[in-house]
Amino acid sequence: MSLPRVSILRQGEVYKSLDVITINDPVTHEPVAEIDMANPGLIRRDLLRNTERAFRSLQDFSCADLIEISKKAGDLFMNAELPLFGDGQTQSPEDYLKCLAATSGLPHALVRKNMTKIFQVFTEMQEILKGLTRGMPLDIIDEGMGHHGGVTVSYFPRAKSLGIVLPSNSPGVNTLWMPAVILKSPVILKPGREEPWTPCRIMQAFIQAGMPKEAFSFYPTHHEGSSQIMDCCKRSMIFGGQDTVERYGDNPNVEVHGPGWSKILIGDDQIEDYQDYIDLIVESVSLNSGRSCINASAVVVPKHGKKIAEALAAELVQIKPTAIGDPHARLSSFANPKFAEFINAAIEEDLKTPGAVDCTAEARGTSNRVVIHDGRTYLLPSVIYCDSPDHPIFNKEYLFPFVTVVESEQKDFFNMIGQSLIVSGITEDESLSRELLECPLIDRLNIGPIPTTRLDWDQPHEGNLFEFLYKRRAIQRTHTER
Amino acid sequence: MSDTNIAQAKTALDIHLREIIRWHFSPETGTPIWLEWAEENNMDAVKEIQTTEDLLKFGNFDEAWLRFKPHEEWIPKDYIGKAYSVFETGGTTGMPKQRIGWEDYKIDYSQFSELLDDKDFPSGGNWLMMGPTGPRRLRLAIEHLANVRGSSCYFVDLDPRWVKKLIARKAFHEAKLYMEHVIDQALVILKHRKVTGLFTTPKLLESLAEKISIPGVGIKGVFCGGTQMPPQTVRFLIEEVLENRVKLIPTYGNTLMGLAAHKPLSADDNYSITYYAPQPRAILRVVDTTNPEKGVDYGQWGRVELTTLTKELFMPRFLERDEAIRRKPCGQFAWDGVGDVRPFGAGESKVIEGVY
Repeated sequence: MSLPRVSILRQGEVYKSLDVITINDPVTHEPVAEIDMANPGLIRRDLLRNTERAFRSLQDFSCADLIEISKKAGDLFMNAELPLFGDGQTQSPEDYLKCLAATSGLPHALVRKNMTKIFQVFTEMQEILKGLTRGMPLDIIDEGMGHHGGVTVSYFPRAKSLGIVLPSNSPGVNTLWMPAVILKSPVILKPGREEPWTPCRIMQAFIQAGMPKEAFSFYPTHHEGSSQIMDCCKRSMIFGGQDTVERYGDNPNVEVHGPGWSKILIGDDQIEDYQDYIDLIVESVSLNSGRSCINASAVVVPKHGKKIAEALAAELVQIKPTAIGDPHARLSSFANPKFAEFINAAIEEDLKTPGAVDCTAEARGTSNRVVIHDGRTYLLPSVIYCDSPDHPIFNKEYLFPFVTVVESEQKDFFNMIGQSLIVSGITEDESLSRELLECPLIDRLNIGPIPTTRLDWDQPHEGNLFEFLYKRRAIQRTHTER
Repeated sequence: MSDTNIAQAKTALDIHLREIIRWHFSPETGTPIWLEWAEENNMDAVKEIQTTEDLLKFGNFDEAWLRFKPHEEWIPKDYIGKAYSVFETGGTTGMPKQRIGWEDYKIDYSQFSELLDDKDFPSGGNWLMMGPTGPRRLRLAIEHLANVRGSSCYFVDLDPRWVKKLIARKAFHEAKLYMEHVIDQALVILKHRKVTGLFTTPKLLESLAEKISIPGVGIKGVFCGGTQMPPQTVRFLIEEVLENRVKLIPTYGNTLMGLAAHKPLSADDNYSITYYAPQPRAILRVVDTTNPEKGVDYGQWGRVELTTLTKELFMPRFLERDEAIRRKPCGQFAWDGVGDVRPFGAGESKVIEGVY
């Protein structure tokens, strides 16, 4: 049986490259898939020519039509045998799950949870767009103008396509670009090296459900190819580390999804009840194996910091490597064992600075963080208590359940939290709530005992995709008698 | 390719080698740098170097010789008093490698011209070279090649030393502006002059095709080289950039070698490029990276080693900054080829090649 082959998609047309890489199973080292790689020149040529055809293909649909197609696509994504881009091969949901698990290290249980999340985005598109457009009637997008909130409004697309450079860390990140096609923007996708499967399956589900295939371009490529997407698309979205944020952070044409540095703060008024919030913090740290930017990576409390860290450690050490098919699996392995070693080395280096304690090591009775189970490499959940927010390990974020706990007087919270994608502020104190609401460092704010990982679809965060893709213009129009 | 052909080519190469060794190592005609070396190393080269296998006795050529030895030491007796040209290669930082020369580039490129088809590079059609000129031999060589074929050549310069510096300091925008500056100059020439032949690099060719149709402006043949061209890039250039209507001639060469020819490109070969050295004037070998005395087997990757054998320059076993696959003789080339050439170490790490 031939290996699954993921080819390039050029405005819906399959293209096979002469540069084909093989992805191997990290355990067996057997080849799992072949990926066609696009050369940078090909991407650039596509993006500088003929973009109009892809754009037009979506303008023939109304947003309402596209929402209906998206619902059908959700069903296909979850249940159908869908084509891969190449050789006439198809992929069942089970095949998809196994391929993704093999190349990304995600256990089957977490893949299924991510599939459910993606399904919800397919089917809840109406609600998501309502959140993005603040309840604006979507026919305003279809017509280019209309009435909303008692005034005439007009919106025009800022670009003819949206470029997206995806990571490999979690399939869930694909939910961020999916609404773009309902907003009539063709997508130019560059998948992460170990995760071509999810964007591929989402696109196929959309196409099989009735979306025009021209709206989808898919370019597995090397580093320079990614740069071409960022360079040629007038609007693009990129995922990456701090270096990516520094490179693109000031570019208004780019929406950068970098580290989340999401946090949980507990106010003076609630701190004596900290035991009530341990489960909430555990969920915030460990959901999806800590792979998302919405996972909490720091907890800031006015007191009881060490006790909280120890309580978290007691819970998080229960999360252990399991068989990849275990339905209760909560921990993901690393497709590239060197990456786990690198992270571990960075943590150990920081721990050399006095003032930090690995509470999970104390709870486990061993400081071993890197373990091999069934041939796969894992990093065990880690809780670090540090005695000062100035300690170098505070606020570090890694791709596994990892959290630092620090004490700070409530009055100093906002001097030390830094940029935070999500903050859950556990307080009923009106004064602290007001300060949280006024804080410009927080992108998404939960007030009350809400896990950082719990999202409402009508509350977009990390940039508003509609505002990124569309711009409002002033408009006046005379009425012609007919 | 018959064994007889291969054996004949090897015999011819060894005869040429002995002639060049005699030239550079005889007191009557010799070159000071080699006469001195032979004395220091107590070698009677004329006697000891009979076949190419004997070249191992020289060890690998030290490129510092090209940087720092006085030019006078490189002048064979017969050339004393004749003004020479100085050609450079490298030099992004520090002293470039320099080669002096008289007629070699003309001989090398006149020979190369014999391999070209008049249909692709018709006599009388103007050429445009868009790429590194400056102190390189290539600038004069291309003009000579055009002239030999009854054509003239326009030039648009690109300074690769500057581009490499820009990329090294991550000044990508500046590099992009510089590239646009180069392309803009080429577009002006193409707008006002009739050009049928183009000599450039893969990236510049792609960029030019973003602005115009290459066959649409009347270009019939394109020489392309200077940076690696993996099979997918070659296919993309042929099928899309050149619209399947322009002949692509991949080039591999430098100031020290001349220009290597290539096996005709085809989809059957998956557009993999194999170059063949202009033997007997130069020899390319693919050698073990850790033990450069040892050649690699056919189909294996190794480092490219160049030996130059002309009356103007004897340079044994120079390790190029390239790696390649050793390929078998084919067609008119009865000696080994080097395939899928790329920067040395490209298989393991990222190497700055530049936007040019």
